Amino acid sequence: MKKILALLLVCAMLFALAACTQTNNTTSDTSNNTTNDTSNTDNADTNTDDTTEDATDDTTDDTTSGELIKVGIINNDPNESGYRTANDADMKRVFCEENGYDASFYYSLKNDEQIAAAQKFVQDEVDYLLISAAGTAGWDSVLMDAQNAGIQVILFDRTIDADPSLYVASVVSDMALEGETAVNWLDSQGLEEYNIIHIQGVMGSAAQVGRTGALDEKVAANDNWNLVTQQTAEWNAETAQQIVQSVIDSGKEFNVIYAENDDMAKGAVAALDKANISHGVDGDVIIMGFDCNKWALEELLAGRWNYDGQCNPFQASYIDEIIQGLENGQAPESQVIILEEKGFDATTITQEDVDNYGI
Amino acid sequence: MKAGRLEPREKQSKLRSLFRRQIFIPIAALLVLVIFNLITNPSFFAVKLDYNSAGNPVFTGNLVTILDNASELAILAIGMTLVTAASGGQDISVGAAIAIAGSVTLRVLCGDNARPETLQAPIIVAFLVCCVASMLFGAFNGTLVAYFKIQPMVATLILYTAGRSIAAWINNNTLPNISEPSFGYAGNFIPGIPVPTPILIAIACMIVIALVLKFTTLGLYTQAVGINPNSSRLNGINPAFIKFITYVILGLCVAVAGFIKVSRFSTINYSVVAKDIEMDAILAVALGGNALSGGKFNMAASILGAYVIQFLTTTLYAFNVDSSALPAYKAVVVIILVVLSAPTFQQKLTRLKKKPKMAAAAKEGN
Repeated sequence: MKKILALLLVCAMLFALAACTQTNNTTSDTSNNTTNDTSNTDNADTNTDDTTEDATDDTTDDTTSGELIKVGIINNDPNESGYRTANDADMKRVFCEENGYDASFYYSLKNDEQIAAAQKFVQDEVDYLLISAAGTAGWDSVLMDAQNAGIQVILFDRTIDADPSLYVASVVSDMALEGETAVNWLDSQGLEEYNIIHIQGVMGSAAQVGRTGALDEKVAANDNWNLVTQQTAEWNAETAQQIVQSVIDSGKEFNVIYAENDDMAKGAVAALDKANISHGVDGDVIIMGFDCNKWALEELLAGRWNYDGQCNPFQASYIDEIIQGLENGQAPESQVIILEEKGFDATTITQEDVDNYGI
Repeated sequence: MKAGRLEPREKQSKLRSLFRRQIFIPIAALLVLVIFNLITNPSFFAVKLDYNSAGNPVFTGNLVTILDNASELAILAIGMTLVTAASGGQDISVGAAIAIAGSVTLRVLCGDNARPETLQAPIIVAFLVCCVASMLFGAFNGTLVAYFKIQPMVATLILYTAGRSIAAWINNNTLPNISEPSFGYAGNFIPGIPVPTPILIAIACMIVIALVLKFTTLGLYTQAVGINPNSSRLNGINPAFIKFITYVILGLCVAVAGFIKVSRFSTINYSVVAKDIEMDAILAVALGGNALSGGKFNMAASILGAYVIQFLTTTLYAFNVDSSALPAYKAVVVIILVVLSAPTFQQKLTRLKKKPKMAAAAKEGN
């Protein structure tokens, strides 16, 4: 009996905690939320005061909040990575009151919590719903509700498994192309033999699948491309260091480190430094990373790394363009908009690139 | 252990053998790993004196890697053993608490600027602030467990859930990056000393805890409270305070481990730093043969358990085992240990030892 009680308490506490984090997340941007709240109460006021003006309710709402476009933004937790922090900062910069937006933000790494938040935004009658989904499945019903309520949905950063008619546009990175760009760059280095330490991200994530795919294909197709080891370090610098360390300790030969993000490349480099193996431009080992963190690009500039593939977190201006188009009655030119992404080479990178593209 | 308590008559002679057996488990596990590695790859244990890219002499080799990487875990195992012994439960928030400790350290060193050119405060100040902050969080856990009588796992679940967000909030969601090389000494090498600094720090921690256990009553009181809080209260010990203090000590261990962690790369990633380390720390305590339900403990066995875990991890890396499969291998170890330490199994084992002939006869009969 006691055990059952304890179990129930644990569940209750977990639930309470989850609930707390939710409110924390939604109120994390207080300024936006207060404006949102006032517009909600305005809405309620007009409803109770002039029940006859139901039809014009929407217009009164718009005028009371100063013709602002109401957007609900669902994103992943900005603490997830430097990439996400930059992405969130970019969204906040563009979707602000000065630009004519009344934005509410919601953050979660859990798909079900995100869907619940989307449901809430639909109830709040936002004009646009922007979603960076944590998982690809389960979005159909809420998107259908949004469609019925006349809310336009725009996906950013990540795509989902839902009928394309349910959303207006998606602004995404092509991870497979990122991998291909990187592998083509590596190919252009013209090494006689490629002995690669491949450090993967969290297995199954879009970034891992895309960046691994291109390399796997190349290795399978060419005899002089070998994988010394292929391990997941789950985006963790320390695990990456241990993996590379174990390869060094075992005395295997390698000349390329292909790490699927900057953190892991950093971990790998720490292991090389410890063993006095030269790396970077004119070094024995080629270092490749992804994401273009500012500090990583500085490593490139200093010649300690060779290549960094961009994963563009700046989607807000594209979305802004789409929304402005829709407001003027123009549908976006194509439903899927793939972000332009570069790969930086240590021999050609400039300080300007670091300032412009570093996140 | 429980079996030992059930049979008070044999206590005197049994106690010594029990002690032996307890440290025997991690030693046996270590031996298995050593022999396995020796057979498959004799050069596994080679230690070389090389120079790193900064031109300083360093020891390299698998053995050094193991000792180096196990340092944080060994330090955590010290605190976790005490917490387990006193409160009969485990602190599952240490991973999140390490994120907080690291974040506090970086915050003090960086100030508002995420990428400072010069450090804003001496490193020792940052370390002390980090210790105070971690001990406060430890005290928070300790208060919930000792004074509000919440189950340890439930009480620490709060920090487990919220800790990494708190860590991010301390640094305004930025990821600080320190370029000052002297900050990296604690996690890598001090120039001129070829032994990785984390190893030295871990040894220092072990010496401190050994002295504390030898010259204070902490060990005795902790075990007394863990075995029976009521009778220890009747003997003039304050059980709540003892529980509370073990959590504060764990907080200090977390501070040291967190400081080493951020020092290794001079940066932090809140969501992945020390991920799942709480499970490894609990596993280390279990591997040391300590009862997770509290009571008597063996500190040396726990610490040895931590090294066994890292030994296993490094061995698996060396054999190019998929690192996503590592938890599965750890699970196998846990299963074996749980079975080995189960009272029924131990009783059978002692019976087998005592009366091998009769046992054999019984088996034939079956």
